[in-house]
Amino acid sequence: MTFRPRQPYTGIPRWVSGLAVLAALVVVLPLVAIVARVNWGNFIPLITSESALEALGLSLRTSAASTLLCIVLGVPLALVLARASFPFQRLLRSLVLLPLVLPPVVGGIALLYTFGRQGLLGGTLQVLGIQIAFSTTAVVLAQTFVALPFLVVSLEGALRIGGQKYEAVAATLGASPGTVFRRVTLPLILPGLASGAVLSFARSLGEFGATLTFAGSLQGVTRTLPLEIYLQRETDPDAAVALSLVLVAVAVAVVALAYGRTGAPAGRGPIQRPTAPLTTGGSVR
Amino acid sequence: MKRTLITVASAMMLAAGLAGCAGSSAPASTAGAPSENATEAKTLTVFAAASLKSSFTGLAETFEAQHPGTRVSLSFAGSSDLATQINQGAPADVFASADTKNMDKVTGTGLVDGEPRVFATNTLAIAVPAGNPAGITGFQDLARDGLRLVTCAKQVPCGAATATVADKAGVTLRPVSEENAVTDVLGKVISGEADAGLVYVTDVKSAGDKVDSIPFPEAASAVNSYPITALTAAKDKESAKAFIDLVLGSDGQQVLAKAGFGAGVK
Amino acid sequence: MSFSFRAAVAERHFDVSLALGPTETVAVMGPNGAGKSTLLSTIAGLVRPDTGQAELNGRTLFHLGPGTHQWTPPHRRGTALLAQEPLLFPHLTAADNVAFGPRSAGVPARRARDIALRWLAEVEAEDLAGRRPTGLSGGQAQRVAIARALAADPGLLLLDEPMAALDIHSAPLLRRLLKRVLEGRQAIIVTHDVLDALMLADRVVVLEKGRIAEDGPTREVLERPRSLFAAGLAGLNFVTGTLTAAGIRTAGGQGIARDLEIAGHLEEPGEPGQAGAAGLPGAAVFPPSAVSVFLTDAHGSPRNSFPVEVTELEPHGDQIRVRGGGLAADITPAASAELGLAPGMPAHFVVKSAAVSIYAT
Repeated sequence: MTFRPRQPYTGIPRWVSGLAVLAALVVVLPLVAIVARVNWGNFIPLITSESALEALGLSLRTSAASTLLCIVLGVPLALVLARASFPFQRLLRSLVLLPLVLPPVVGGIALLYTFGRQGLLGGTLQVLGIQIAFSTTAVVLAQTFVALPFLVVSLEGALRIGGQKYEAVAATLGASPGTVFRRVTLPLILPGLASGAVLSFARSLGEFGATLTFAGSLQGVTRTLPLEIYLQRETDPDAAVALSLVLVAVAVAVVALAYGRTGAPAGRGPIQRPTAPLTTGGSVR
Repeated sequence: MKRTLITVASAMMLAAGLAGCAGSSAPASTAGAPSENATEAKTLTVFAAASLKSSFTGLAETFEAQHPGTRVSLSFAGSSDLATQINQGAPADVFASADTKNMDKVTGTGLVDGEPRVFATNTLAIAVPAGNPAGITGFQDLARDGLRLVTCAKQVPCGAATATVADKAGVTLRPVSEENAVTDVLGKVISGEADAGLVYVTDVKSAGDKVDSIPFPEAASAVNSYPITALTAAKDKESAKAFIDLVLGSDGQQVLAKAGFGAGVK
Repeated sequence: MSFSFRAAVAERHFDVSLALGPTETVAVMGPNGAGKSTLLSTIAGLVRPDTGQAELNGRTLFHLGPGTHQWTPPHRRGTALLAQEPLLFPHLTAADNVAFGPRSAGVPARRARDIALRWLAEVEAEDLAGRRPTGLSGGQAQRVAIARALAADPGLLLLDEPMAALDIHSAPLLRRLLKRVLEGRQAIIVTHDVLDALMLADRVVVLEKGRIAEDGPTREVLERPRSLFAAGLAGLNFVTGTLTAAGIRTAGGQGIARDLEIAGHLEEPGEPGQAGAAGLPGAAVFPPSAVSVFLTDAHGSPRNSFPVEVTELEPHGDQIRVRGGGLAADITPAASAELGLAPGMPAHFVVKSAAVSIYAT
């Protein structure tokens, strides 16, 4: 750490910088290891094999579908959690965030006992002629289950920071709740929604445990890229490494999309919202 | 400080090499074990295929009783994971694989001390949920329309065996899922999601009464061999050899037979 | 065509009833936490009172009580709210912001835009039409916000300290503009600035602790305040007590001793008989400029003398304002220097009876 004249004083102790370097290594080194392991001579054939392309295609399709589902379901949920007040609200919020910390396998088991044949809704679904287990729908459900909290968290943050002042003003100007949602709330949370959706997509793309437990693994139907990598490891480590690199590349692209433009999470957005509440107090003179 | 950093960095590099599998933490813990009681007890580290868990746990106890002062540290995982770990330098004394293919991976890198010996065999069986709701009676039934069959993927040993059996029997299987491991197949049968699954006889046995087993003659066309060997890295060649002898001896064979394994090749 | 309002919010100790004539503008003043914003929020429908009833131009805004639960949601009330901050929608241009009200009412886009441009012209901001809120100064944004509120064609305009967030250069311009657009409208303006009340309002309502402490024409309230707050606004000393034949006997409190006799001239246009008023609660009111400061008790002609301890000295125009015993005195800097005044010193505030107004409160 040499002192550079242009740099303002940071006050970071040397040992903190040392640990920071180590922390960066913990993340970066394994990624470097993957790149180092890639069999570059065979890279293109490895990632363009039929099973690899099908897995990648399936991953992209299901992740897009689950992201859409997350938006359709997550926006209302975040709105209700952030704005409404009802009994057991805190409990519901904690429960909704649970998939963030739950081991994915547990999520898979939970989904199995919900949508599976012997599950909570299994009987009803069977009567309706709907089979979810072992289908692409199951993959989308598993991904939605693990990705929804990401969207809800980033959106609820954006909603809370913003408060409801704009919505209140819009209502007094004669806008119905529907109009307020469409013309004020949605545009205001758009940056948060975008970064939440990107994170959800990334999480869906990486989903593994719940899919393996709940959806099974069949080429073109339920075998997403992570499952394909896991399987290829058994016989063809080179293919597994090459596909891992593809997944890393997609993840990097996604993270760059979400964080890259501003260099900060887009959740807060470029919009500066005034901080004084509308309905309470006046200024002190 | 610099030296510590280099140590941590190299540890991370090792971790990176072993990354990506749930079982990778096991060798790390066994690696630390010898230093704890290096003065007193010796530790024998055995890497064994996951299907051997109950049999080898019992055999390790027997071994410890017969060899006071030697502790057996067991690490169970998929055979290919174990082979990868050994090739990456994991400190194992004995390796018991569920197939010859993964044993060959280790033999190929010259880490095997002597010739691997087959100590058990395993054959496929049809597992169905308790009560056999789909009414499966034989291998031909697995090709039935609308039947939810789960098998192993052909990339893993049980899947390869499944493919061989189906090929020999002239039956085209259309599984709804091709799993990475027998435990995943078994799990889907136990939960009732699948109508039937193809797993090993030993797996059905260990599942108890949660699944019913339907043996089928075609299974004989794919007999899976379990080889065992000492590794060149073994610190205590005596103990390693003694453990292998126990597995191949009458005590070991009795335990394995009880778990459903076929006899090994003497 | 008028507005009537009565509401109680127990949680905020709020209980106010208020009525406005068809073209009346009322200034609501009072200390922080008095309930001014609660009043506006309740009228706008952002806060639901426990009980009460309000009507605007024949439409029931709410009627809450035992057995009745009528409630009109905010967007059907026609009570546009203009806050301290402009709160322009950041994703819309100034023109689209102003057009928001008409658009919400179902006016087609083109016509809404015409309306918006007309109102922007009205607030001298037509050149800002295409700008985003982030590119506007505080004063410009507040002008656009006024246009936006007016474009919604509200039956009652609610203004919550519209000038409070502006710098001293923008405020006068906006005040003039408000005076013009509020002409002939029903409006309630919450303000801390007595100038707003004087310039913009026909009437002043003083809120204290969630209740109306005073309500009357602006001039009357400022000339003859009946609350400490209003007296403070008017810059007058205000001492409460009981009316006597020659003045009042103080009730104590606010730093003023109990049972002090203050002589003055009784002003009670409604009640000519002095004797009849005795015993009623009243106030003695006098300007700080009429108060002299002495170091010793100096009795002369009919004078009131209050022994005080000086608590504060501060510049006040070209005078020095001396505070002590809950009263204020304005003296020249020369006099202050001559007396050698400093906080903590004992002194006497002396005021001629002729300068003291006494009236029932």
